[in-house]
Amino acid sequence: MTSISSVSAAFTGRDPGNRLYGPVPDVTEQSGYEPEHPKRVGFFTDTSVCIGCKACEVACKEWNTLPMDDSHGVRDALGDLSGMSYDNTGQLGANSWRHVAFIEQSRAVDLPMPSFGRPGDDRPHAHGMPAPDTGDLNSTATAQASVLNAEALSEFDPQTGQSGADKQVRWLMSSDVCKHCTHAGCLDVCPTGALFRTEFGTVVVQQDICNGCGYCVASCPYGVIDQRKDDGRVFKCTMCYDRLTDGLMPACATACPTQSIQFGDLDELQARADARLATLQDQGVETARLYGRDESDGVGGVGAFFLLLDEPEVYGLPPDPIVTTRDLPAMWKAAGKAALMMVGVAVTAIVGSRRPR
Amino acid sequence: MPGLGASFGRGGATNFLEDLANSDCIVIEGSNMAECHPVGFQWVGEAKARGAKVIHIDPRFTRTSAIADLHVPLRIGTDIAFLGGLIKYVLDNELYFKDYVVAYTNAAALVNDEFVDTEDLDGLFSGFDAENNIYDETSWSYDPGEQDAATEQPAEAAEQEHEEDAPEVKASDRGQAAGSGGPPIPSKPHRDETLQHPRSVFQILKRHFARYTPEMVSEVCGIEPEVFEQVAQWVTSNSNRDRTTAWVYSVGWTQHSVGAQYIRTCSILQTLLGNIGRPGGGIMALRGHASIQGSTDVPTLFNLLPGYLPMPHADQHGTLDEYVADAAGKAGFWGNKRAYMTSLLKAWWGENATAENDFAFDYLPKINGDHSSYQTIADMIAGKVSGYFLVGENPGVGHPNSRMNRFGLANLDWLVVRDLQMIESATFWKEGPEHETGELSPDTVGTEVFFMPAATHVEKEGTFTQTQRVLQWRHKAVEPPNDARSDLWFFYHLGRILRDRLKDSPDPRDRPLLDLTWDYPVEGETQDPDAAAVLREINGFGPDGQLLNSYLQMKDDGSTSGGCWIYCGVYADGVNQAARRKPAKEQGAVASEWGWAWPLNRRMLYNRASADPEGKPWSERKAYVWWDEDAGEWTGKDVPDFERNKRPDYEPPEGAKAQDALAGTDPFVMQGDGKAWLYAPAGLVDGPLPTHYEPAESVVENAFYSQQANPTMEHIEGPWNRENPAQSEVFPFQVTTYRLTEHHTAGAMSRTLPYLSELQPEFFVEVSPELARLRGLSNGEYATLISARTAIEAKVLVTERVRPIKLRNGTVVHQIGMPYHWSYAGISTGDAANDLLGIVLDSNTHIQESKVSSCDIVPGRRPRGPELLEYVESYRRRAGVDSGRVTRNGGAPRVAPMDGQQEGS
Repeated sequence: MTSISSVSAAFTGRDPGNRLYGPVPDVTEQSGYEPEHPKRVGFFTDTSVCIGCKACEVACKEWNTLPMDDSHGVRDALGDLSGMSYDNTGQLGANSWRHVAFIEQSRAVDLPMPSFGRPGDDRPHAHGMPAPDTGDLNSTATAQASVLNAEALSEFDPQTGQSGADKQVRWLMSSDVCKHCTHAGCLDVCPTGALFRTEFGTVVVQQDICNGCGYCVASCPYGVIDQRKDDGRVFKCTMCYDRLTDGLMPACATACPTQSIQFGDLDELQARADARLATLQDQGVETARLYGRDESDGVGGVGAFFLLLDEPEVYGLPPDPIVTTRDLPAMWKAAGKAALMMVGVAVTAIVGSRRPR
Repeated sequence: MPGLGASFGRGGATNFLEDLANSDCIVIEGSNMAECHPVGFQWVGEAKARGAKVIHIDPRFTRTSAIADLHVPLRIGTDIAFLGGLIKYVLDNELYFKDYVVAYTNAAALVNDEFVDTEDLDGLFSGFDAENNIYDETSWSYDPGEQDAATEQPAEAAEQEHEEDAPEVKASDRGQAAGSGGPPIPSKPHRDETLQHPRSVFQILKRHFARYTPEMVSEVCGIEPEVFEQVAQWVTSNSNRDRTTAWVYSVGWTQHSVGAQYIRTCSILQTLLGNIGRPGGGIMALRGHASIQGSTDVPTLFNLLPGYLPMPHADQHGTLDEYVADAAGKAGFWGNKRAYMTSLLKAWWGENATAENDFAFDYLPKINGDHSSYQTIADMIAGKVSGYFLVGENPGVGHPNSRMNRFGLANLDWLVVRDLQMIESATFWKEGPEHETGELSPDTVGTEVFFMPAATHVEKEGTFTQTQRVLQWRHKAVEPPNDARSDLWFFYHLGRILRDRLKDSPDPRDRPLLDLTWDYPVEGETQDPDAAAVLREINGFGPDGQLLNSYLQMKDDGSTSGGCWIYCGVYADGVNQAARRKPAKEQGAVASEWGWAWPLNRRMLYNRASADPEGKPWSERKAYVWWDEDAGEWTGKDVPDFERNKRPDYEPPEGAKAQDALAGTDPFVMQGDGKAWLYAPAGLVDGPLPTHYEPAESVVENAFYSQQANPTMEHIEGPWNRENPAQSEVFPFQVTTYRLTEHHTAGAMSRTLPYLSELQPEFFVEVSPELARLRGLSNGEYATLISARTAIEAKVLVTERVRPIKLRNGTVVHQIGMPYHWSYAGISTGDAANDLLGIVLDSNTHIQESKVSSCDIVPGRRPRGPELLEYVESYRRRAGVDSGRVTRNGGAPRVAPMDGQQEGS
């Protein structure tokens, strides 16, 4: 039986360098699993096809038997209408492991409509001209599409929305979830071993071990992990660890009707996401970007990453998340130096005091 | 769905959802598909991923608009103007699919020279009877020509057509019977294949839509002309031999006082563009519940029998001969009406249905007027209805003017409610807004309510027939808890007990019940009837007791049976075809072996039209069904919706009947002339062509004609159903109702569940920032909405997704969005949106205009108790509307102003 460390690779003795930060080729093996462990799995959430149905939220709650929540962490209570578009969940929390964000954007448009000829001008026989090639058609199409869905919406400032038909509206939806970081701050700081990395490379809390200290809450750069108020223990997405061990997909990905939430081996998802991004950019959606895909980012890339259509902040995501334990070795080093110095000072003082006059 | 039925011969979606993936352009109009049909929406996503354009035309910017390529925010209730503009664009610029139009439509047919169009009568067609607000449709018919009229028509048919125009027969709604089989016509029309004859349908169409110019569209719909151009260009450039455009609609079209004509307008456009019967084309009518299609196929409607056979009328149909007379000698599959009807009677009365007793035709109840849902509610208040069954329906929340509906229920002697939850329609006698105001009280309501807990879909077996006519068998997963039972259990045992009580009755009126075949095997502890046995009865049996494979085997001599002729074949080869579960990845995209589709497992209707008149595919890219000369049969990716061995060059011989009278180039096999109807000479009661009328409670004047609204619209008059005057300053805003993804219809299945309640915890209305400013409304605070019916309160969601429409003349039309899921019971509660609405109805379908009405909105909560009544009364006075005060249990003060039979004016 493999011994599984609940602590980051940095502390296992198998990690000669600083493994609290930067890319890790195989985070599962780093955590102490044998090399033939299952491949790392993850979520690719493509928000460009999300229809905001919240089936993921409900499927998650059904499978994991989470309670209703008033969106302020009070369980079994019904909240008021938030008034924040169609989002009445508010944020990820102990009782909501999936959260669909709704972002309404509008802006004034000086009607950048494509110019049109007379109706039928593009018909082949209208002027004895050859049939328009699809390029013409597409350029018109692209121009119009851009008004609504593409680069023209990139610089959105909701404050400039004006009334009347000269207004363009965009409505972004995105299903947020625990990122299952390569460098998971929550896991690094957990003193009880309640948090551990699974054989699938995901990060899971064991509810029967958690003592409710709450260190992990402060250590998550995304604000995901949360304590249940009347309970004290922490809860978050397990990527349906129980379903994975039975060969099933997580509940949210199973319920998603538009394949906005895709589950699979992380390397495959990454390739799929790269291809999807290229397609969108070819279509002129220049604001499309991947979030959490970059393995050299502040958390070493994540297991649950996203395709966004705007800046991460727009979705309530931190633009540059950094694992809170990044500087731990340096801090330990500094602390060690300081301790050594203090020891040195003390020794010097004692030795010095013994120096005969 | 008479809009589709009159156009193509069957009232169902012409294509299937998976086929949307083959579309080059998808227009979603009158539907919020992503929110209300999220699972089917994946095929729109698939099409988009393959490069299709997706256009959403809707007054509101919804979750569907959010991922469309273009959202067109037209003014509520102006779709006919918009679509009419597209028709004109297509005609003017000769962008129609000419070969298709000439061969497969009635464009060449000549129309009666007595027909006069709305162009010449300022918004009315010829034949209008202003006294009864109904049309005499005689002048709309095809040109009868010199010969056949007299010879082809049996005497009974002539007699019937005469009676058809009597108001009391009209009221019983013959129009809706076009679910599977176009409206009967006397004979095939004369044609001018050059389309140049002034009385040809094509030329009439051109004249009729002449004033639907882009400028007019822009003015009426309140959109920029450039946006109209963009839609026109995308649609027309994606509609030809190589490319197809699909149109998707749902109740955003049907729930209007001209709803059937909305669908007709789209049918005309899609037919001109050659998009019907072809992959990636068609008109996708989305059904809002799991088996709504099923509940019209095997109907829960007062005027239909299974398979869209019309319910016999007391004045017209004394005998089976009289009943089938309109089909005698007709072309098309309706020619076999007698076989379908006889088989139905045999399925119900078995050996007791014999040739001697007219196959027990006398046992069928006959209708004698309008017994539709809302008229029945009015009849309840008038004391004409004593008992009522509510099965999976919550009219006290889900019907427009739910307040009036509750008054109706309060005037019954008894009421049976079968539901999963204790719904408002079962508790109205002790709780609800009328108890607050003192209008109802347990002391005065005499209705005895029996609540019967129902089994859910996972607790019973049977079939769903979903939006694309596919029957899917579902197995029982768990036993229902406690006393919950299936509907099948309830009705079987109710029938058994009634028959047992009456078994010694000598009264002839009890024979229909006692002579029924009521012998289903039961199983298990709860004695649940075997649903498969019921499905076999629906499928039908032949003379040897073998299950039938096709309705073509049905005979009119009593040797065959079948409970719903269009479902015949669901048990083909003795196998429950609906239970098939072969995934698409193992059999191709059409997935003919997943479930079973009526008719005869044809997934795409009219698919003969996917090939040209010679039987070759219009293009390789859009090949679907074609003629195989060597094999001498139609073949392709789907089951041909055509006689398999009928050659494309087949010409019917003189005197041919039924299907033999249709040529090899007549793809619309349920139509009397085998053609798609650009012009409907029969089948609709409000006109052979669609015309833009403003909604009943429009705040705008009709810019097209001086006829403001649909002249045949049905009204229900009484103090509980006062109408807001059109263009009223007292009720200056338009309001539209709809569903949210998070809740289900009247809410019994969602407001009662914590996981769904928390997602949309409170009743709210959506308003634009402009209206919020105008009326002083604040996001997240309460507002009160007032109509001539009542006042309700809701939280306010201020959003730019709802926008005011600025018309050319400077008028600004404010539109309010109002989801209708809430009422007083459950976890998430609120006032009922439907209390605000009145009832006015489409005369074709008796469907209410709940997609557009008018109201006022003010900040703050509504008055409580009796003050509410005075508050609303003061609005009525200001608007010049009669008093809405009611007497005990919702009765009308003084003499009842209405009589069910005379209504309709």
